[in-house]
Parts: sequence; structure tokens; C-alpha cells
Amino acid sequence: MSPLATLLSAIATGTIRIVDLTHTLDEDFPTIVLPPEMAQSAPMRIERLSHYDAAGPAWYWNNISIGEHTGTHLDAPAHWFTGRDRPRGTVDTLPTEDMIAPACVIDCTQAAAREDDHLLTRTALEAWEAHHGRIPERSWVLMRTDWGRRRGAAFANLRTDGAHTPGPNADAIRWLVEARGILGFGTETIGTDAGQAGHFDPPYPAHHYLHGAGRYGLQCLTNLHELPPTGSVLLTAPLKIRAGSGSPLRVLALIPTRDDSQRKPT
Amino acid sequence: MMRTGKNPLLRTHRPTLPHGRRSRAAHLLTAAAAEGRFALPQCRRCGAFAWPIPEACPHCLGAIALSEAPRGARVIAATTAEVPADPYFRERAPWHVGLVQMDCGPQALVHLHPGAEPRDAVRLSLVLDRAGAAVLHAALQGGTMSDPQLREMTADPRDRRVLITDARHVAALPLACALSAAGAAAVYAGVPEDWKPLPRRAEFEAIVGLKLVPLDISSDRSVADLARDIGDRIEILVNTADLPRPGPLSAPAAATDARAMMEIMAMGLLRLARSFGPAMARRGADGTVAWVNVLSVYSRIHPAALAGYAAAHAAALALSHALRAELAQGGVRLMTVLAAPTEDEWFQSFGPIRVSGRALAGAILSGLHRGLEEVVVGDLAHDLLARLAENPKAVERELTRDLF
Repeated sequence: MSPLATLLSAIATGTIRIVDLTHTLDEDFPTIVLPPEMAQSAPMRIERLSHYDAAGPAWYWNNISIGEHTGTHLDAPAHWFTGRDRPRGTVDTLPTEDMIAPACVIDCTQAAAREDDHLLTRTALEAWEAHHGRIPERSWVLMRTDWGRRRGAAFANLRTDGAHTPGPNADAIRWLVEARGILGFGTETIGTDAGQAGHFDPPYPAHHYLHGAGRYGLQCLTNLHELPPTGSVLLTAPLKIRAGSGSPLRVLALIPTRDDSQRKPT
Repeated sequence: MMRTGKNPLLRTHRPTLPHGRRSRAAHLLTAAAAEGRFALPQCRRCGAFAWPIPEACPHCLGAIALSEAPRGARVIAATTAEVPADPYFRERAPWHVGLVQMDCGPQALVHLHPGAEPRDAVRLSLVLDRAGAAVLHAALQGGTMSDPQLREMTADPRDRRVLITDARHVAALPLACALSAAGAAAVYAGVPEDWKPLPRRAEFEAIVGLKLVPLDISSDRSVADLARDIGDRIEILVNTADLPRPGPLSAPAAATDARAMMEIMAMGLLRLARSFGPAMARRGADGTVAWVNVLSVYSRIHPAALAGYAAAHAAALALSHALRAELAQGGVRLMTVLAAPTEDEWFQSFGPIRVSGRALAGAILSGLHRGLEEVVVGDLAHDLLARLAENPKAVERELTRDLF
């Protein structure tokens, strides 16, 4: 049996399960909040063209408008100034082989439940590796906080001094990029950085280090609780937007249903 | 808050209107009534006032112009039409009318306060009737008794349910307070992007009869959903949505900001009009009375430094006229409020001449009580419009570099 036939068979028999890590593109979904004097990313908008009515008697369709960084989306290297000169750094030129990659899931749910501003540290990552093995090169690292279960104001979690959401500290993300060579970092919150990361050094370190090294970000993921710590594979194909800095996308995870995900990789 | 509704087994009454056709010259009176001015036809040559509006002076054939006039008059005769021939008045009978002697000369047939008797002193107003035509109304001098006929022609919020579309506008909170104090049966205040904190939420929630509702007029679905929910009970809609983003065409984010402002001011109004307009027009005989668009005076005057903002408000003003025509079919009034820059943080550079939210709210409420179509708020707005009327090209040149 060919490898693809094996894969399809595994999906058909349920040996491999497909988990959707994507939020519905909803008009009420919160977007990144910047100081209002700066240009703002547009929220999702849906304009009905026709619905089997006088504007189109047999068909239903809509016009949509959306920012590149709205909803569940991917950040390409060109999104940040540090990645502006990376080759193939926009979504139209992004290597297709990077769109299928393994994922490691770091469970931060308890700490994030205790503190909205929880920061993922290098120490925590090393502790995770002690249980699950070394984080493979060119893999996604996903920070699970269960933030994806929140909605509306609780999801954005805005206070008078800005958003309060978890993320990695500068040391942790730099270590992941430089010492582990990860493909990208994914979160359940609006950004790959913590809500208060504008005050970090450097500001927004996940954006700074990931994109500076030509790596990617995934934001507004959900259903991470369905993924094993290791052993899943993500499908992350962004829209092919000319010179796009990022794109909303459907993120799918392939997970093995047999409980062999806890084994350390060899 | 429970409100006694009409019998659901009965058909909703279709709106009828009084006779609204007027001569072109008579629309001089329409303009005065729309703005709440009391102005009458006056001969430019001999100075005599005339009524009704003539093509030329009945005394000397001199040219006629509209002039501010004294409001005083005395009742000559009063009567009550118990069974009027006109369907609109028959549905509202008995209807009180009278003949008055104006202090400035002419005699006129007027809509008369029901308590007025012959020889009583009355105070005249030009008001728009439900067909949008200017008519004379006589109130008792110093009288305090309310007049159901005047209520029929104006948009008193008492016992009516009001939607304020954007609770984040500086006038929204004082307006909600004022409407509640004026006896509104319910006040709904729309909260756009309700995942962001609403400043002074507790003060909103403390207002008797107020309910905060999610409403983002940049979203088709949000507007349509709210209309499905409460569209058939809104009797006064006050569109306060605004997105001030001052800046010239060359500003770094000018295109993004202009699009966003158009989305709120022009497309947002279009969405509201399509979702709420038809139901409100249909209920013109069932309590629905007014739609208010709160716009900027820069909808009429366009400084280069406010390029996108002025364009968005100009588009909203143009749409207002189309919406006015549609609402008029049900006798529902559209009032445009042209305000000077408000105390919104985005107008910081205007300094102390800005209009407070409280002043703007007061002007809106006053306009509703008087049944106006055109309201101008703030000294700066009055000044700009006067200068525009006097010499538009001069204003255009002056505002190439200045804001006012």
C-alpha cells in the first residue's frame, strides 16, 4: 500500500483522527487592539450578495472582508521588521513543505488559569522535555492555555493598561528558535506574544525572534486540549495572498488515536 | 419594564398623512419650520407680513421674502372638527382649529390648542406636520397643559421606546439620562465591539429603563440581528455612531481610516436604514415618530485636514436625504443634527470650543420635542454654516489650511 493510501486508510479507520484547531470566522471575534492612532486590522465582515432571492434566484453567496491577522491566522516572517529580508517570507512564497509539520504541545493551562499574564519560561520548556523528549527541529511548539474556550471580553481580556493574556518570555522564545530550531510557535490568544509583551525586552519577543529567523506564528488556535503532547502533525496552508504578511487559515491536526503519543521520540 | 401593547388580534393601523403638497414658494416656510424658526412672508418693499405665502405682496405687489416675525396672536374664533372629511384628521378627531389675528397683521387658520378660547392670547409656531409640511400651531400663552395635536406633529420621547445606536459616543450617556428623565418607555443603547470595555458602564446600567444591547453598525449581521429582536418596537432611533479620525489625504493611514469611517458613517447608516427603516415607516401610525442622525457640521464643510472624516459625514448626509424620503411615507420624521466637534478625545486640538456630550444631548431632546428636521449644535457649527451661506468659495479657501 502506498504511503498516501496508508494515510487515507488510517483516517478512514479512525487510527488517525483529524482535529480542527480553527475558530469560526465570526464578525464578533476580537481582533488585535493597537493604539487607535495606528492603522487597525479589520475584523471579519460578511456581506450577503444573494440568498436564493431577487439578487440571485438560485444561488447563495457573500462578499467577505477581513484583515490578514484576524481570526485563527498565520504570521509570516515579513510580518515583523526583523523578518523583512527573509527569503520566501510572505505567504505567497512560503515553502509548501513548511505547511505540514509535527507539533509539540506545552500544557500551561493550570498556570494560565492562576494568572492571566502567565509567561512560558525556558525552565518550563526544559521540564517538558524531561517528560516528553527533546523538541524536534522544524516542529511547531503550541502553548496550550485553554484560552480558546474563552469568548468575547474574557478572550480579549482588555484592561486600562492593555490586554492581559499569556505568552512566552523573551528567553524562552529565543531558546526555542535558536537552540531548538522550531518551525513556529502557536498560541490560543490573539498574538504569539503575551498581552503585555510591548513592555518586554525586546518588545514583542515572539514576533522579534520567530520572524527574524524566518519562522512562523499561529494565533487564535482552539481545541489544543485534544492534542497529545507529541505525535500530532499540523496542516497549515495560508491563503496565497500576494506579498501577504499573514493569512487566516484552517489549521488541522492529524493525531494518532492509539495512545503511543507519550513515548519519547528516538 | 412591561408596556401595554396593542391587541395582537388587530391589524396594525396603516399610516395616513395630511395633505402635504405645497407650492415651491411655500417651502420657504418648510425650511423655517424644519429649523424651528418662526418666520413669515414679508414684503421687501412695504414691510407688510402676509399669510398664506403669496407670490407677491397683496398690498403693493412687492417681492416676498421670509423674515423673522413676532409670535404673538389672539384667537378670533375656535372650533372643533368632529368628523373631518380628510382621512388623516378623521382618524384623529376631534381636531381643534381656530382663526387667529397675528400681532404682525395677517389672519391665519391654525391648529389650535384644545384649551384656547376666542380672545385668548396665543403663541404661534411653525411646525412640520406628519406629511412634512409647515403649518401654524397656536399654543396658549403661558399655558402648561400638553397638546395632543402638537404631540402628533412632534417627536416627544415620552412613553416611546428609543434606540441609541452607539453607547460609546460622548453624547450617549447624557442622552440616555435625558430620555429616561423625559419619560421614554425604554432606552436601548448599542454597544459596538462589546468585547472591549465600555467606559461608564455602571452609569448606563443605573439608568431606569435602559438596556445595553450588542450593536456594531459596521456588521450586516449585527444590525440585522438587533432589528429582528427589537426593530418592531423602536419608535425613535438616534444614530450616534461616529469614528473621528482627523487627518489629511496624505496622512499615513488615510485610506484605511477613510474606509473605516465610511463603514461606520455611510455604510453603517445604510445598514440601519435597510434593517430598521421599513419597519419604522410601517409603524408611523402606531407610535413610531422619528429617526435622528447625529452628524458633524463637516458634512457640509470640508477642511483639507479632515478629508476622510468630512467625506464620510457628507456621504451620511446624502444618505439621510434618501432615508428621509422613505420614512416620510409613514409620516416618520428624520432629524439631522449637525454638530461642532465634540469633546471626543479625537477633537482635542479644537480646544474649549468643542461641544459637550450634555449640550449635544440637550439639543437632540429639544429637537425631538419641537419636531425639527434640522438642528445645528455649537457656536462653531453655526458660524461655519453662516459663513458658508454667505460666501462658500471663501470658506473653501480658508479651510485649505485651517479647521475652522
